[in-house]
Amino acid sequence: MGEFLLALRNPDIAFLRYALIAGVLGSVAFGTMGTYVVTKRISYIAGAIAHSVLGGIGAGLYLQIRAGITWFTPMLGAVLAALASGVIIGLVSLYARQREDTVIGALWAIGMAVGLLFLSRVPGYVEPMSYLFGNILMISRTDLIAIAVLDGAVITLTILYYDRFLAVCFDEEYARLRGIHVSLFYLLLLCLVALTVVLMVTVVGIVMVIALLTLPAAVAGLFSRFLWKMMIFSSLLCMVFSIFGLGISYIYDLPTGSNIILVAGAVYILSVMASFLLRRRRAYT
Amino acid sequence: MDEVPAIELQDVGFSYNGVPVLEKVNLSIGREEFLSVVGPNGGGKTTLLKIILGLLKPSTGRVRVFGAPPERNRERMGYMPQHTQFDPQFPVSVMDVVLMGNLGSRRGGPYSRRDRDEGCRVLDQVDMCGQSRNSFSSLSGGQRQRVLLARALISEPEILLLDEPTANVDVGIESKLDRILKNLKKHMTILMVTHDLGFVTHMVESVICVNRKVVVHPTSSLNGKLIHELYETDMRMVQHNRVTLRENSKREGRRRG
Repeated sequence: MGEFLLALRNPDIAFLRYALIAGVLGSVAFGTMGTYVVTKRISYIAGAIAHSVLGGIGAGLYLQIRAGITWFTPMLGAVLAALASGVIIGLVSLYARQREDTVIGALWAIGMAVGLLFLSRVPGYVEPMSYLFGNILMISRTDLIAIAVLDGAVITLTILYYDRFLAVCFDEEYARLRGIHVSLFYLLLLCLVALTVVLMVTVVGIVMVIALLTLPAAVAGLFSRFLWKMMIFSSLLCMVFSIFGLGISYIYDLPTGSNIILVAGAVYILSVMASFLLRRRRAYT
Repeated sequence: MDEVPAIELQDVGFSYNGVPVLEKVNLSIGREEFLSVVGPNGGGKTTLLKIILGLLKPSTGRVRVFGAPPERNRERMGYMPQHTQFDPQFPVSVMDVVLMGNLGSRRGGPYSRRDRDEGCRVLDQVDMCGQSRNSFSSLSGGQRQRVLLARALISEPEILLLDEPTANVDVGIESKLDRILKNLKKHMTILMVTHDLGFVTHMVESVICVNRKVVVHPTSSLNGKLIHELYETDMRMVQHNRVTLRENSKREGRRRG
């Protein structure tokens, strides 16, 4: 680990520092939004949003490089794609409940198909692997600022509307009875999930981002009784997973995203077993 | 009385995917009346409550709550759903659940001490104040029902709608609920869906029988034959000692409302 700490101070490998800052900053949004995703049981929706992001990234690259629209960055494309699929899935689940899963699956695949198609038409060599499985070399200073801004937005909205989001997640019907605009808050929640997902795509990739969103919250959920505690706990866990994953990947020269997810996955499996044993022991005593 | 009735349904019909659930429902419930809603599973009891609450739009007919569409008078209604519909793993405290009942009058932001005092006041009414910091999922079924009742009461409603408060709960809640409802019925219109025909029959004036069609009977006319008709099967009437059901009373008091 000393080697890792030393490398963080090395000015020649700034990308490592950027990756670490991205991981730590992103954890706040991930822990908070992940808690909503896990308790509201919408991880599949988050998964579809994440995968549809590839469509936006592909379109962004195509427009920027091939069509010469320089301001249309892949990041902008990703944000637009994520928000669009969040809103589409949200509207479908609000107004046409029965076929929700079909729409989720369709957006999931269509987004990826569109993305690959665009990428194949971008001149030069674009590596889809970087987007699918993450590449910390792509993290820029702008990304860090974007993540910090998102953190601010997520924390502000969560504190301001804690009661409303809680009611919408726990008992939609009652929230509606109390005059809360349930559809609006549900869509806002999905949009925040969409933005959160986009910001961490560069670190862990489209395919694995969903695990970083749900696993820390799932672990935290085993040991917390209140929503806000679960949010803080899962943010901290997400931070620890990112730092450890990054450290291991640097020392052993392994892909960063995979390491972060494997650390998270291992902790999740161990804590599920631990909580199972604890519960059994409690039941017998 | 020329006072506007608390709840009024005119020719209300509701169908789900083309299948009629309720047909031609006419109902007029006055202020401070206490009625129980009975009927077989799938007969439309919960649907009736949700139509009154404005959560479901009737396919035909008109619903009025204090003379206005239900959506406009939602804050005057309290609703207690069945506790089994909630995710047992959801991390939420008893206090958070209760304060949800006050959402309409809040602007958001963290709960204040006044909010919590208010929460404690209604939790006290259902003997649950000591548990306000516990998690909702750690409670027994009966305790959860009481918390949900407190949530319905916190907004000081004039109409209280209860959906099977005694279903799937531990024994013993009935006597507690009995006592609570006896106090509430003095200043509230109460509509309670129940399967347990014995429970509170001594308190309610009329019974709303729902099986696609809705008929209101005075409690005194409830007898085996009527119940047989309603449930389309023989059902043992649960008679508690305190219940004053007259088996063979005549049905002249039967009225369509």
